[in-house]
Amino acid sequence: MHVGPSDKEIITRVLQGEQKAYEWLVTRYQSFAFTMAFRYTKNREDAEEIAQSAFVKAYRCLNDYRGDAKFSTWLYTIVSSLCLTFLRKKKLTIHSLDHEAVFEVADRVDSGMRANIVEEKSKIKLVNDAIALLNPDDAKVLSLFYKGDQSLEEIGLIMGIEPNNAKVKLHRARQRLKEKMQQHFAVEVEEYIQS
Amino acid sequence: MNQEQMDVQLWNYIDGRAKQEEVSFVESMIVSDILWRNKYKELLEVNQLLKTDMELEQPSMRFSKNVMEQIVGLQPAKATVKYINKNIIRSIAAFFILTITGFLVYTFTTVDWVSASGTSPLPFDLNKLNPGQLNVSKLMSSTWINIILMVNVVLGLMLLDNYLRRKKKSSVQH
Repeated sequence: MHVGPSDKEIITRVLQGEQKAYEWLVTRYQSFAFTMAFRYTKNREDAEEIAQSAFVKAYRCLNDYRGDAKFSTWLYTIVSSLCLTFLRKKKLTIHSLDHEAVFEVADRVDSGMRANIVEEKSKIKLVNDAIALLNPDDAKVLSLFYKGDQSLEEIGLIMGIEPNNAKVKLHRARQRLKEKMQQHFAVEVEEYIQS
Repeated sequence: MNQEQMDVQLWNYIDGRAKQEEVSFVESMIVSDILWRNKYKELLEVNQLLKTDMELEQPSMRFSKNVMEQIVGLQPAKATVKYINKNIIRSIAAFFILTITGFLVYTFTTVDWVSASGTSPLPFDLNKLNPGQLNVSKLMSSTWINIILMVNVVLGLMLLDNYLRRKKKSSVQH
């Protein structure tokens, strides 16, 4: 639950000319918008640029927001579409799980983890490193569901798919995450389970 | 039941999206089957990890300031919907309604009701009908066929309208 005025109150105030109120919305959703972009770009500068563009675009199109869905759902749809445009422009390869490069990244992360015993024990780092190894779509669906406060129906809207497909995507993403964790962080997972 | 089906059912149960009968089934399987119990425990751990330990990346400290600087001097654009004049939509709707009504009126006024009614509701006498001598072209040009086609077109449009409205409504609700 957010502190301060509701999203709809803020939007009304912004549309009445109180531009400063928009900063509430930016502060409220910047981490998630940035995370979503970062899952695609794997680069902080690009992610920041995309997330900022999304907020500017959302501001410009604020009159188009009808309030049928949550503001966050609407905003994440914009972020998602900007990420895809970015990938198309940059012609970046979306790493798939079976992609060789992913395993190279995994090995680097893996050895990096082993080099640091303290970090190795961190559950948080374990989960987030495993998520970093997933493809952007899987990482996005997990983030939206667990951190973005989005239902399967809303995830469907953001990703342009039916809610049932969103459910299947979520199941598969969790399955792949589990596989990643077992594959690359088996020792840490074992330690966590025993702790 | 294969592994994937078991996973799907357990995830539905964990997410609270399982129907009542599925809930009872999964609960009974967790109690009676060690395979289900272990899988449930495993998935629950993954779920817990994701819920509590997944972190969001943090943008730079200047993030919100950068956004606010970019929107200085900008105004929210007019809503796209408002660009479309409602009168145009109404005119198009009126055109279609008038066309369909015109067709219906024309069809019904040109029906030869006297010869069509006769002793039978059909435009031909079933007793005299000889399948070997059936004149298909005559039947196809019959006014009745036109009426049925017209009714079908109208029903088709109504169904399409109904389908599109339901689709729009469900997307709005979600």
